[in-house]
Amino acid sequence: MIEVRGLSKRYGEKLAVNNLSFDVAPGKVTGFLGPNGAGTTTTMRLILGLDFPNAGTVTIDGKRYASMAYPMRELGALLDAKAVHGGRSAYNHLLCLAQTNNLPKRRVGEVLELVGLTEVARKRTKGFSLGMSQRLGIAATLLGDPKILMFDEPVNGLDPEGILWIRNFMKTLAAEGRTVFVSSHLMSEMENTADHLIVIGRGQLLADCTMDEFIARSSGQTVRVATPQPDLLVKAVAEAGGSAVNGADGTLIVSGLVAAQVGDLAFEHGVRLHELTVVRASLEAAFMELTADSVEYRGAESEQGQQPAPAQFGQTQSGQAQPPSPEQLVAQGQPGSEGGI
Amino acid sequence: MAATTTTRQAPVLPPPSGRAGFGGTLRSEFTKIRSVRSTYWTLLVLLAISIGIGAAICAGTAANWNQTSAADRATFDATQVSIAGLFYLGQLVIVVLGALVITSEYSTGMIRTSLTAMPRRVTVYAAKALVFAVIALAVTLVAAFIAFFLGQALLASTHENVTLSEPNVLRAVIGSALYVTLCGLFAFAAGAIFRHTAATITAIIGLLFVIPILIHLLPSSWYDDIVRWMPDSAGMAITATMAPQNSHLFSPWGQFSVFAVYTAILLIVGGILFRKRDA
Repeated sequence: MIEVRGLSKRYGEKLAVNNLSFDVAPGKVTGFLGPNGAGTTTTMRLILGLDFPNAGTVTIDGKRYASMAYPMRELGALLDAKAVHGGRSAYNHLLCLAQTNNLPKRRVGEVLELVGLTEVARKRTKGFSLGMSQRLGIAATLLGDPKILMFDEPVNGLDPEGILWIRNFMKTLAAEGRTVFVSSHLMSEMENTADHLIVIGRGQLLADCTMDEFIARSSGQTVRVATPQPDLLVKAVAEAGGSAVNGADGTLIVSGLVAAQVGDLAFEHGVRLHELTVVRASLEAAFMELTADSVEYRGAESEQGQQPAPAQFGQTQSGQAQPPSPEQLVAQGQPGSEGGI
Repeated sequence: MAATTTTRQAPVLPPPSGRAGFGGTLRSEFTKIRSVRSTYWTLLVLLAISIGIGAAICAGTAANWNQTSAADRATFDATQVSIAGLFYLGQLVIVVLGALVITSEYSTGMIRTSLTAMPRRVTVYAAKALVFAVIALAVTLVAAFIAFFLGQALLASTHENVTLSEPNVLRAVIGSALYVTLCGLFAFAAGAIFRHTAATITAIIGLLFVIPILIHLLPSSWYDDIVRWMPDSAGMAITATMAPQNSHLFSPWGQFSVFAVYTAILLIVGGILFRKRDA
């Protein structure tokens, strides 16, 4: 378990991480999301003690990373696959890392085998493609067989095969009971891998909840309806405060109302329904909506303006997600509602 | 590279005992330094320059001995001449290696990987410095003794050649290796401070080569006051087997200590910055 408490980090004028608190729970894949410059990489650097925070603490099972007896057995981290000396062979690179933690030499061969780099073990890493470097970096994280794994943008710049490999790898690691903490800008990638989400914007926590909850809370949720009497339904929906547009195959896409409300409306107005489907927003849409206020670089806008405090949800004292209450979910669909997030 | 490697899991590790400490990090730093080509290149160049230049000077001296004045013969230091290539030019080369040992970690980004594996930074810094110092000393000692014996053989015709058993000779030969090693450590510490290869090498060469030349331009009374505090004076003093012509220098070991103290201070400053700064 990684415990982040009140973490702040300032680089010169820029507050990269601002009073951030969350837990990364064991045994699942936790996605760490944020727009560019949101502070995800900084937070990871602070967890590892590569940078020192201006305020707050990071502990791993109650201990500082640097005070661990064998750091590599506790946490394996890959922040930058190209952060290697290109003149050194893959084997020697891993060997010099393994030796710091008194790990046996044979372990180097084992992890090279595990990531499929055995054939290029004696090659200098200078000539490695990004995908090979990424595998080498993952091999390094596995040297100590750690309980916790942390990856920063592991699929960035990879080809589809590499992405699939990393995705499966992370799932395997989590299935083995390890904690996997992974950041990405690729929302679709997160949707495929993460169980839990921590979302930050401008260094502040925006959300800490399960993947399902995150998407469900997005006000981008719509209802697809197929009916032989579309005109009647459009009118009824409008009266109820929602809106309906024509979708594909003659269906209607209703927004602003939840499925139950649409069904009730249809019943009350005697409209026959052939289909009533909840269309869940993609993670991407939910993410865009949540972080709209906290995107770091957006055209020529001034960065100095006071930002409205980002809305938070899913936070309890322990930092664990709480299940969404029915009221909250319904409230999002009601007319005049600001939307849950 | 097949995408089917995910299902295999490596055998489990032996259970941990004790704590990752200095020993493992020493082995790691030795692996690092022996596994990059720049180490071999710089040490080869060091050996070639030390032995080659020393031999060239000795051979030239022997060839021109008949034309050498009595005054020059009287002050001729056969030991110092034979190892001049090492302590005068070799220091330039070792400075490059000393700097690279730490700055290459920053230029490649490796430092972040290193400090992730071993987050106890003082341990990493000390292990790095020690591994470099031991390797540098071993190679410079080899260079010093080869240059000395080769030089003396080439000087045989002048009958000025000396043996290690003569006064001060062994101290001068070993001292030249110690001085060059110290130059390397000085550059290492500067590398930890600057974290940039070119900046470090420029600064150190300025300090060891350019400033000593510039202070010769000062009025001699100023020069006499300053020269004993210059870092490079240690090299001249420790390699001399005769009484120095410049009476303003400390004793050979005294002069060496001045540079040793500078290096120690710089190593401590470098260590503190290495410990305190964001990587």
